[in-house]
Amino acid sequence: MVDIRDDLKLIAEMVEPNSRVLDVGCGDGALLDHLAHTKNVDGRGIELSMDGVRQCVAHGLSVIQGDAETDLKDYPAEAFDYVILGQTLQAMKQPRDVLEMLCRIGRRAIVSVPNFGYWRVRMQLMLTGRMPVTEKLGYQWWETPNIHFCTLRDFVVLTEEMGITIEQTRIIDRAGRVTSRAHSGFANLLGEQGVFLLRRSGS
Amino acid sequence: MSAALDNSAPDSPASTEHVMPGKRVRLAVDRPMRLDSGVEIGGFQIAYQTYGTLNADKSNAIFICHALTGDHFVVEKHPVTGKPGWWEMLVGPGKPVDTDRYFVICSNVLGGCLGSTGPKDIDPATGQPYGLSFPVVTIGDMVRAQKLLVEHLGIEKLFCVIGGSMGGMQVLQWAVAYPESVFAAVPIATAARHSAQNIAFHEVGRQAIMADPEWRGGNYLLEGTRPEAGLAVARMAAHITYLSEAALHRKFGRNLQDRKAVTYGFDADFQVESYLRYQGAAFVERFDANSYLYITRAMDYFDLAADAGGSLANAFRPGGKTTPVRFCLASFSSDWLFPTSESRAIVHALNAVAGNVSFVEIETDKGHDAFLLDEPEFHQVIHGFLEGCAEHRGLSVRRRER
Repeated sequence: MVDIRDDLKLIAEMVEPNSRVLDVGCGDGALLDHLAHTKNVDGRGIELSMDGVRQCVAHGLSVIQGDAETDLKDYPAEAFDYVILGQTLQAMKQPRDVLEMLCRIGRRAIVSVPNFGYWRVRMQLMLTGRMPVTEKLGYQWWETPNIHFCTLRDFVVLTEEMGITIEQTRIIDRAGRVTSRAHSGFANLLGEQGVFLLRRSGS
Repeated sequence: MSAALDNSAPDSPASTEHVMPGKRVRLAVDRPMRLDSGVEIGGFQIAYQTYGTLNADKSNAIFICHALTGDHFVVEKHPVTGKPGWWEMLVGPGKPVDTDRYFVICSNVLGGCLGSTGPKDIDPATGQPYGLSFPVVTIGDMVRAQKLLVEHLGIEKLFCVIGGSMGGMQVLQWAVAYPESVFAAVPIATAARHSAQNIAFHEVGRQAIMADPEWRGGNYLLEGTRPEAGLAVARMAAHITYLSEAALHRKFGRNLQDRKAVTYGFDADFQVESYLRYQGAAFVERFDANSYLYITRAMDYFDLAADAGGSLANAFRPGGKTTPVRFCLASFSSDWLFPTSESRAIVHALNAVAGNVSFVEIETDKGHDAFLLDEPEFHQVIHGFLEGCAEHRGLSVRRRER
């Protein structure tokens, strides 16, 4: 079993065994593979790159080459128990629409977002007066695919506006440690990223 | 129309391929098979090949569906052309479709000309070749005949059905018509319906054949002529659609054929012309002109959505439930005959029913023909998909010692 990224581990912990999972932007399929073997999930994936899809399918995973913004709309409501979007919401043209779709086609959605309110990010902007470039987000402003950054607080406000309930929260620091299980307090300052288990309110 | 065609008479003359290698069987002898056109056909012959060994519980069978001008000689040297089998890159011992592990079946389609009953065979009712009196067959009819063959072999459920182009159409038809008899389906470089542009290209080919005076209204066998020129032109036009501008340019560019300057005439000055003429000439050696008319027509008529009340998604929702078939689709980036958008439409329909589907577009400049060629990434995908399915199907892993 290949070791998976820390945020992926946290995501995996939120998934109930034997459930149906769609991983949007599944890369080389590490999370799907992990979930299939540790939780016996019925997993599917969407991935943009041919290489990623090829690796996934070559490992026996059910993955389609596609784009979250164009290919999610076809799925029926609640087609999955969980729809996962790891670290890519900020790269979407219409993140709100994507979030809406995730919570429509999944009974639950699991979303991880990098925190633009992280203290190191704030310090870089304040002290150097330049767009922050961090270890995990190592792009210059003119080349970054991340076109819709938000802070954890911004994200929480959006979920409230959209009528989405946050059922679980994990705030992670730079070393991948969970610093908080709540998105209030100092999370927005001390967390490098947040992982959220979401569901549409009333569903 | 309900005229019954009966080929089961014991004195029915053997087809002209009685010397051809391979297996053959007469199907629908006791009960004729009803075609989509309403015509019933009984006792027709299907020529086929098998590779590998069927396991004890008959769960390791893979059915290969061939393309428009393909046949059942998948792996071995072709008995007419002497060329390697058309899919020997993909199928064989240790290959992605591993004949050490799977029992592989491929049959010549109904209406074909390499051993299965088609328009060039003798109509027992008249003692003369069918010609255009052969009933029009559809992709659905071809698959019905394949299903009879699979039943004849005692196989209840295929592990996988796989094929490209027209073969891919048959794969889709299998999955939609017999979802309980197919565990996995691999439609490659194909579409759920033949596009207007593709129907148009086929019409050009058919008109070329029918414009050849040697075609004789389809009675050329009876009259002892051969519409070679027409069939060759049909093949030349079609062959262009199987390639891509990039591939043609890479292969030939504007290079001249055995000459240093253009001749100011209509000889094959350019290499690409010479190549096409060769392709046309070689094709007429192995293919029957009327079969070409019938099989292109079958592709033209193919429209899965139309058969499912206009919704492709419905085709994948038999009895209101999501299809149990696992799909893996592949397309090729430079294929303009069956472009990626066609595969994507199928993927979207499968998504709409939350079906189990994998899909990848392979980057290549080789056009539609890429599914027949050495495309390592494509082969990795097929291999991996089949391995994953074998695990789910509970097929024992039998790794080759090397």
